[in-house]
Amino acid sequence: MILTRLAIIATGAALLAACGSDRDVVEYGSNPDLPEQQRGLLPNMTIADPAGWGDRRPVVPAGFTITPIATDLKIPRQTLVLPNGDILVTEGKGGGNTPVMRPKDLLVGYFLGKGTSSVKGGDRITLLRDVNRDGVYEQRAIFAENLNAPYGIALVGNRLYVANQDALIRFDYRPGQIRASGPPVTVTPLPAAINHHWTKSLAASPDGRSLYVGIGSNSNIGERGMAVEEGRALVLQIDAETGASRRFATGLRNPTALAIQPGIGQLWAVVNERDELGPNLVPDYLTSVRQGAFYGWPYSYWGANPDRRVRPFKENMVKRAVRPDYALGSHRAPLGLSFSAPAMGDRFANGAFIGLHGSWNREVQVGYKVVFVPFRSGRPAGAPVDFITGFQADGKTFGRPVGVTVDPRGALIVADDLSNTVWRVTRVRPPAPARTAELD
Amino acid sequence: MASARHGSARRIIHPVHAVLLASSLPLFLGALLSDWAYSSTYLVQWLNFASWLIAGALIFVGAALLWAAIDFFRADLARDRATVLSILVLLTTFVLAFINALVHAKDGWATMPAGLILSVLVFVLALFATWLGFSTLRAGATR
Repeated sequence: MILTRLAIIATGAALLAACGSDRDVVEYGSNPDLPEQQRGLLPNMTIADPAGWGDRRPVVPAGFTITPIATDLKIPRQTLVLPNGDILVTEGKGGGNTPVMRPKDLLVGYFLGKGTSSVKGGDRITLLRDVNRDGVYEQRAIFAENLNAPYGIALVGNRLYVANQDALIRFDYRPGQIRASGPPVTVTPLPAAINHHWTKSLAASPDGRSLYVGIGSNSNIGERGMAVEEGRALVLQIDAETGASRRFATGLRNPTALAIQPGIGQLWAVVNERDELGPNLVPDYLTSVRQGAFYGWPYSYWGANPDRRVRPFKENMVKRAVRPDYALGSHRAPLGLSFSAPAMGDRFANGAFIGLHGSWNREVQVGYKVVFVPFRSGRPAGAPVDFITGFQADGKTFGRPVGVTVDPRGALIVADDLSNTVWRVTRVRPPAPARTAELD
Repeated sequence: MASARHGSARRIIHPVHAVLLASSLPLFLGALLSDWAYSSTYLVQWLNFASWLIAGALIFVGAALLWAAIDFFRADLARDRATVLSILVLLTTFVLAFINALVHAKDGWATMPAGLILSVLVFVLALFATWLGFSTLRAGATR
């Protein structure tokens, strides 16, 4: 009796010792641990130290292989797989014109810049084509250029929508086209003053009548004043014909990628949450975006947990805040979201791939990988599974994933904005009988 | 005349040293008032003003401290307790003002109330350091 108890205590102690403090915190799922807010005199920072890939490659699960299908791009962000299999890549680097308001801004700009590529943003869309379907994208063309930090991209019928950092624009698209036939038409301007979080994410409604645009906040937690947050930190619903827009959901600090769930047509987003509250706060998240819902920013996080760094504080907004669906862990910086397809194989058929750009506001770096969040009955279920890792080794960072896109033919396309590469992950041997099974 | 400069002659503060020492005072006062304005209006621009004023004052205090330290280690200048005290107060001002700058680098209300309290302390210390600096006439050099 006593011996068993002692054994249990000993095992418990050993487990605690082995885990270290960070792993005791449940960081993912629908009910993450939310530790006390903490911030020392200096924020915790570990900035990525970039290095070339050399002979290294990102690591994928057994049964998969990864190849670079385009290199030397100019800051690739999001990708789109067209019906004919061509891939469009948006390239650009926005923001940069944010006014220096405090001495801190000078330092932050310098330090965060060290962890990113020094290449100038392309402000263009590159098209990649695999002519003979052998997995080698031998053709490359510039589909459109002279854009303004394009990020989100979506195709509706014969119209290609692109979310620049200051406007939603539209090109006509014919299958097989490798270059836009004319200059873009502006559907509607988007909030662009300051553009602290400049990335404009984009998804089209299943019927093609609306476009959803994710617009990030102009600050961490309103420290530039709330006047500059008008029209920020929300998802807009834009009428594709008229360009008229309305707020679809608000309080989303930085909704960096949007996607429509196949089958039921529900809109989902990944959101980057606030910094400087500690290494395990506040969780970034994946959530279905409910029409009219307020997700808390800047007054609260993960539902009704108040963040009193905001003044004037609004208690009634805390009460209104809804909880997101699924925590991805703090400081992961999810920037890509794509629902899977049966062609990705049984293990990864039902769920969503998420590109995690990686942390800065944390001593131990996290993120820097692509994960798969399994779904059951249309909801996230279970722990995220590593899908692509190996972006960091020996204290160096070789790549940082941004946009992820599932090619329904059975591939995951990943944009890497540090090494300026587009990666393609495929199954090594797609089993022959699976094809007929998928058609059932 | 020569004997008046000799031995017991007292040297007044160097004009440049005086400027460095005194310049931090209005800047720290401005930071204190800006912090007070932010805490009563919640307008973040006041906090931005405070951050810059503290940064500017730190440069002057740092230079004044350097000047005082060099004077202290000069072989031809005598060291007395008043000089030591004035340097220590100046050093404390610098350290607290630096901490205050870090506090002011936090976002929004996270700076408060620590920022305002530190701004008051730092201003009082800077006032004291300036007082000491100006009133402590150093023992003159034997040249």
